[in-house]
Amino acid sequence: MTTPFIHRHAAHCETGTVAALLRDRGLDLSEPMVFGIGGGVFFIYVPFVKMGGIPLAAYRGAPGSIIKSAYKRLGVKVRVMRFRSPDDGMASLDRFLAAGTSVGLRTSGYWLPYFPQNLRFQFNAHHLVAFGKEGGDYILSDPVFEHPVRCPAADLRRARFTKGLFAPKGLLFYPEEIPANPDIKGAVIDGIRFTCRRMLVPVPFMGVAGIRYLSRQMRKWPDKLGMERAAYYMGSVVRMQEEIGTGGAGFRFMYTAFLQEAAGVTGMAAVSEAAGMMSETGDKWREFAVMGAKVCKGVLEGPGAYAEIADRVFDCAEREERIFRLLKGAV
Amino acid sequence: MKAKEVPQEDSILEGNRRACYAQDETGKYVVVPSRGWEVEKIINAQTHVEIDRSIEEARQEVMNGAASPLLYHMRSRQMTVSLLAATAGVWSWRVKRHLKPGPFASLDGAMLGRYAEALGISVEELNTVPAEPGAKRTP
Repeated sequence: MTTPFIHRHAAHCETGTVAALLRDRGLDLSEPMVFGIGGGVFFIYVPFVKMGGIPLAAYRGAPGSIIKSAYKRLGVKVRVMRFRSPDDGMASLDRFLAAGTSVGLRTSGYWLPYFPQNLRFQFNAHHLVAFGKEGGDYILSDPVFEHPVRCPAADLRRARFTKGLFAPKGLLFYPEEIPANPDIKGAVIDGIRFTCRRMLVPVPFMGVAGIRYLSRQMRKWPDKLGMERAAYYMGSVVRMQEEIGTGGAGFRFMYTAFLQEAAGVTGMAAVSEAAGMMSETGDKWREFAVMGAKVCKGVLEGPGAYAEIADRVFDCAEREERIFRLLKGAV
Repeated sequence: MKAKEVPQEDSILEGNRRACYAQDETGKYVVVPSRGWEVEKIINAQTHVEIDRSIEEARQEVMNGAASPLLYHMRSRQMTVSLLAATAGVWSWRVKRHLKPGPFASLDGAMLGRYAEALGISVEELNTVPAEPGAKRTP
């Protein structure tokens, strides 16, 4: 006996996929809970690692890390498969679907026909759930879309076997064994501890220190890069914060949702207080995004504008340091 | 962010809605779908200006005989030499060579077929470029 798969709209592909696969197997956790347990917010700014000529900036951990950590902290045994041959990868997917098993897939977004044109980039770390096949079409629950979508087999095949950075190699995964009574409270506390450790790590380009580093670098962009390039750098940071499905403010709002739920689960007043602080910090990040976009549009110009924006980013770092010191003390 | 502050602006989502997290009336953060935000439109357009420019430059170079059509089609798939090489299963240095008109003209059908397959186009398309500007960067 199987119950029909229920699609739920999510902000982020990875957390949405993990939550959907667990939900389909009877463990109903919200996307923010999966996010918080799986590692939560992060920040990294590494100017000497360039992606497409742009310094690497990210508001969360590496692709795939949330999947791994969330399952681990919940005590879920997960089966992961990769394939050398696309034929094998598609045949294996068909067998799971025929048996009524929903599975997670890693794909490129570029080759998925239902993606909006302007969001199709050669980026290999998109995640989605496959839960059915009708004729030559796969029925997918792509968490960042409002409703389930259909995708022709040839397109899905291409998307699963793209090459390059984070090449998915047909990656397919699903929870094999879920504990009857998972220790949610323990997982939540583990998750918060992990996030505190990472945000407060004494490495100059990671966590809170990374945000301060970005702020210092930003100030120098106009002189160092010239106006056009500086605006491009600014846009790329805002893009990582708002364009890549983060739920707004570079995952800070989703993390607030997690902290609110976590406050209920743990009964800790400090976690509830941190949720309120994180909500305010998210608003500050949004203000930064608005100003950053003005720089890109040329409405705001000159070193003065960059200095003002850098001040705001610095303020976000201060706020996040206070939040994670508070949480660290509590858990 | 409050639910009513979630932007519902004309944007790039083609009628889709993006899930945002925002506060309902009780202060609880919940999923609120967003039609789009001007900020994301601006920063999205910024990347596309750069991509479109590189595709159009390639088209001009092909028309002037300075590059092979492979350069144009590689750029219009937003690919780099190394990504095209990995996708087609061809060494990077060979791909680089094939970006020049002479070496490209002497490619056999099998090799052209590999590139066409990697780019998701037909061999006929691979051999030509559009006569007019107007970049197309997705299949």
